[in-house]
Amino acid sequence: MSNAATTAPAPAAPPPVEKIRIKVDGRDVEVPKLLPNWQGKLEPTTMLQAIQIAGGEVPHYCYHPKLPVAGNCRMCLVEFGTPMIGPDRKPVLNEDGSPKIAKSVLPYEPSTPRGAIACATPISPGMELYPNSPATKQMREAVLESLLINHPLDCPICDQAGECKLQEYSVQHGQATSRFVEAKVHKPKAVDLGPRIVLDDERCVLCTRCIRFSKDIAGDDALGIVNRGSYNTIAAWKEGAFDNNYTLNTVDLCPVGALTSKDFRFKMRVWFLKETKSVCTSCGTGCNITVGSREGAIHRYEPRENDAVNGPWMCDAGRLNYKWVAREDRLKDVLIRGAKAGWNTALKEISAKLAAAPQGSVALIASARQTTEELFLLGKLARKLGALTDSVPRLGEGDRLLVNVDKNPNMNGAWLTGVAAVPAAGGRLGLIAEAIRSGQVRTLIVFGEDVTKCGIGTDLLAKLETLIVSDILPSATTATATYLLPGCAHAEKRGTFVNAKGRVQKFMKAVEPKGDARAEWEFLHELVHNVTGQNGFSTIEGLFNQMAAEVPAFSGLEWAKLGDTGVTVQI
Amino acid sequence: MTFSVPSSLEAQLDELATHYPVKRSASLMFLHALQEHFGHITDEAIEWTARKLGLQPINVLELVTFYPMFRREKLGRTHVKVCRTLSCALAGSGELREHFCKKLGLDPHAHAPQTTPDGKFTVEFVECLADCGNAPVVLLNDDLLPKVSTAQADEIIAKGKGL
Amino acid sequence: MPEQHKLILKHADSPGYTPDIECYVRHGGYEALKKALGTAPRELPDGKKLSAQEVVREDVKASGLRGRGGAGFSAGLKWSFVDRRSGKPIYLICNADESEPGTFKDRQIIHKDPHQLVEGMIISCWANDVKLAYIYIRGEMPHGARLLEKALAEARAKNFLGKNILGTGYDLEIYVHRGAGAYICGEETGLIESLEGKRAYPRIKPPYFPAVLGLYMCPTIVNNVETLCHVKHIVTMGPAEYAKLGTPNNTGTRIVSLSGDVQKPGYFEIEVGKVTLGQLIFDANFGGGLKPGRSLKAIIPGGSSSKVLKAGEVFKLNRKGADGQMTKVDVPLLDLPYDFDSLQGAGTMSGSGAIIVMDDSRSMVDTLANLSEFYAHESCGQCTPCREGSLWMAKGLHRLAHGDGRKQDVEYLSHIAQNIQGRTICAFGEAAAWPVLSFVKKFKDEFVARGEADEAAKSAGPSRELKLAASPNPH
Repeated sequence: MSNAATTAPAPAAPPPVEKIRIKVDGRDVEVPKLLPNWQGKLEPTTMLQAIQIAGGEVPHYCYHPKLPVAGNCRMCLVEFGTPMIGPDRKPVLNEDGSPKIAKSVLPYEPSTPRGAIACATPISPGMELYPNSPATKQMREAVLESLLINHPLDCPICDQAGECKLQEYSVQHGQATSRFVEAKVHKPKAVDLGPRIVLDDERCVLCTRCIRFSKDIAGDDALGIVNRGSYNTIAAWKEGAFDNNYTLNTVDLCPVGALTSKDFRFKMRVWFLKETKSVCTSCGTGCNITVGSREGAIHRYEPRENDAVNGPWMCDAGRLNYKWVAREDRLKDVLIRGAKAGWNTALKEISAKLAAAPQGSVALIASARQTTEELFLLGKLARKLGALTDSVPRLGEGDRLLVNVDKNPNMNGAWLTGVAAVPAAGGRLGLIAEAIRSGQVRTLIVFGEDVTKCGIGTDLLAKLETLIVSDILPSATTATATYLLPGCAHAEKRGTFVNAKGRVQKFMKAVEPKGDARAEWEFLHELVHNVTGQNGFSTIEGLFNQMAAEVPAFSGLEWAKLGDTGVTVQI
Repeated sequence: MTFSVPSSLEAQLDELATHYPVKRSASLMFLHALQEHFGHITDEAIEWTARKLGLQPINVLELVTFYPMFRREKLGRTHVKVCRTLSCALAGSGELREHFCKKLGLDPHAHAPQTTPDGKFTVEFVECLADCGNAPVVLLNDDLLPKVSTAQADEIIAKGKGL
Repeated sequence: MPEQHKLILKHADSPGYTPDIECYVRHGGYEALKKALGTAPRELPDGKKLSAQEVVREDVKASGLRGRGGAGFSAGLKWSFVDRRSGKPIYLICNADESEPGTFKDRQIIHKDPHQLVEGMIISCWANDVKLAYIYIRGEMPHGARLLEKALAEARAKNFLGKNILGTGYDLEIYVHRGAGAYICGEETGLIESLEGKRAYPRIKPPYFPAVLGLYMCPTIVNNVETLCHVKHIVTMGPAEYAKLGTPNNTGTRIVSLSGDVQKPGYFEIEVGKVTLGQLIFDANFGGGLKPGRSLKAIIPGGSSSKVLKAGEVFKLNRKGADGQMTKVDVPLLDLPYDFDSLQGAGTMSGSGAIIVMDDSRSMVDTLANLSEFYAHESCGQCTPCREGSLWMAKGLHRLAHGDGRKQDVEYLSHIAQNIQGRTICAFGEAAAWPVLSFVKKFKDEFVARGEADEAAKSAGPSRELKLAASPNPH
């Protein structure tokens, strides 16, 4: 497994060979002649890309690396010059032999610099860019001033405060006072744009990112601009009509506080949020996310850019699928036959039972929503016990963008660790049911599934001697458990999932588990040790590395080298 | 009232759409025809146009609100568009429009289209009508009238009242 | 005394001349088309061979014809930029969205001699291998649209248009497309967007140069009505003969629209550069002078977007002396030859050929407030400086024009305008900014006096009533 895969965005473009020499603020820089555009297609390198390569920054509103270029905000105007060409079509040189540069000026007013929008203007050999010149700064200040004249300046009550590009750039490029003495333009406020989105048109800077995203990325041409000129207003056909499974991405994209999430607005000032790198569990895509939490409560998921998986986007359903973590009925206690017990007692009893269980008398059903490490440990346990194992398939609808038909976040993990039946998960569930019915299986271990919904009804469960269940939320299965071990939501522990394309992705702990709940890998580590006699690792890093050493598909992987965006393995 | 486009008009529009390699191009022509027929552009007309041209209604609403000739509200039978722009203004178009408004009981200062309660007249200020040599000009429904005097304005009003 | 030179309008205003094809053909119509279609390929001295179409394209370049829409760019050069290797269809669009305030020349052609435009267009399409073309006519010209539709039908019936034109195997279709009241459709990429059924948002250049990525992302030529008519005459006369009209680098004739404070407003076709601004305003053959007892105050020389010229201004222009050397010569305002280069030399432009005259009875504050309101209304709103700045200027000027001015409003206004020009997606930014910049600069005293008077009145007492009329028109 190459280390390069940990960070490099895929699919990697062939390395551009041709380079162009330019100057950025007087410094010589060599940049590729071609770079990927928003679709990953190679196109002439833009001024903005070149300045970024040179370590500079170009403020912008409408430009977004993953959206078609609009060029409308004009915030990225940059003063520039090109080598002067003489009447003989040869470069004109300075006395020192360096090429003379003709600064771009207004043709009708040669004393005034004429900027170019860095987002859309290609560079050319010998070009000089001045992203920090007084003229460039003046152009930025002017654009910012224009954007603010009709803006309501309601930052104290604006959800975007703290992550607003108007605020940020005003600090960097703005002026403290406005010359504007006219009446402001008023536009619709608190527009119910869609079931999950509220729009404040007065805060909008009309960058059209939301329109372009909906049309060109989500494939839902639902947003547009109505009216004209200064009265331009973002709108949907009817209030509430903006309703696809990707609408909340426009909230992320909106550089200002115009588009806000109904779920998040007025809930929390963003600067109080702790940000944790994680992975969405709603389907096999495994979109990378940032969990925003405060004092043990999750307040939002946001997509975290990973070009190998989700780019900068995620679906609405996945994004809003965090509330169950804080459900009141979360399993918080260790229960032995319904009575509250301690972890030590429960694990001791379970260990003893399993150690004494005859080969083949135990079966194991582990959810493909458990982490790979947990599945690895469960697999070890199963092999020791000669247990039949399987996972529960969870198929649904997919789409052409991000949503996978497989609603299990870790189906590949369940396969690669040998827990789930191949080729189709669930293929051995019938066998397990039959083995319980025949009395061959006396002990059933269930992790994270309600088996009564997949052919192992309460009648069969009643036939068991021992039912060991770990879960997060109550179900018919947890209700009949001999031993109930409260587990953790992914946001409460660390681990990895292997997504539908074989991307091994790690996620970090955002909040503390509820009550007595413990990360499953922690107590499984203990259980495996007790039953198999093998010593394991008590850290997730160690556990992962051990798994990598034992599971062929993960050969060569190391926890530390998974990076923030994961590594793809052969599936 | 249910929205229904007569088959002859629909056939005419279907033919029109063939003038363009991409149907969307026919949007403005569709809207002109629908406005001519219905008097203004209703939500139903927008949805119908979108359906015919394979668009989303918002795509059409964007146009209706961008191009000032399209109207979402019912207009008077006599539609008086007085040119507001410089050459006509120099020739007294401001006074001319005020004259129309006062005579018809409309607000003489509002620029936007105003329709008399009886639905007979709509008066509005519009931008340059490209006949500046004949200032002040008035576009009366489809007809461009040169060098319109207040006396002519009175005639237009008298005629319009009889319609 | 200078006179009109009627080339385009040769027949239009003759008694009995009608816009139908019979009348046009009786007056020699469609002979130029036949001549063009029969053009012989040409071999150049260097052995390079030009196809018949290339010959006509070269002739248009050699004629020196410059676009009559506003920018004054070489028509032949514009054609030469067309990407002919893309394999995509090439489109031609006639820009008949005549809406630059002060301009009413294309209207004359469309209404009185539509076939001249159709013929010029067919020739231009043929010369550029265009199979499908459109006439984008402004929505406010419904009769003009109908006349053009009729003309196209007549031309089709006579096989000047349609399949296998005059047996040459060349197919061409032309359709009329109506706009709906948006000045920005005069900007060629805005026009293209509008023709695609979208809001007329001008495109960013690069990369969307119409000659490469125009209508439907195909190579596209956009030419003004009058420009396309000239193509017909270039074919008829030959480029050398045509170039003898007008003055060097400013060849041919053009139709000047004259309005405002003159005795005889109207349109006049002149040889470019052969008539001065003063003659156009004062000569009996043209404007016939100012209204009795009035004196000249200002001239807007090339449509409302051009920078205003102040009575009494003297300009330093480049002139070729007897020795062939270029020298700077003082040229008073009224002696400015009406052509592309002289007006550019005077810091303004001849634009769409529209002159608006203002006499000493006019307030420059009110005049500019009127113009700024136009630009605020017509800004498409796509890019920030123009969207915000155009209405900002209009609001400031409205305030100044309605008794609530300040003496710093001159700096205030020029500051806003400076931040628009050169920073927008299209030239509308200049169009909106230039009137403001030129008016407040050249008539600064008048603007300052207005602001001072308002401030003085305000400080005189609170009893004074503010007479604020309706603020600029939102839509």
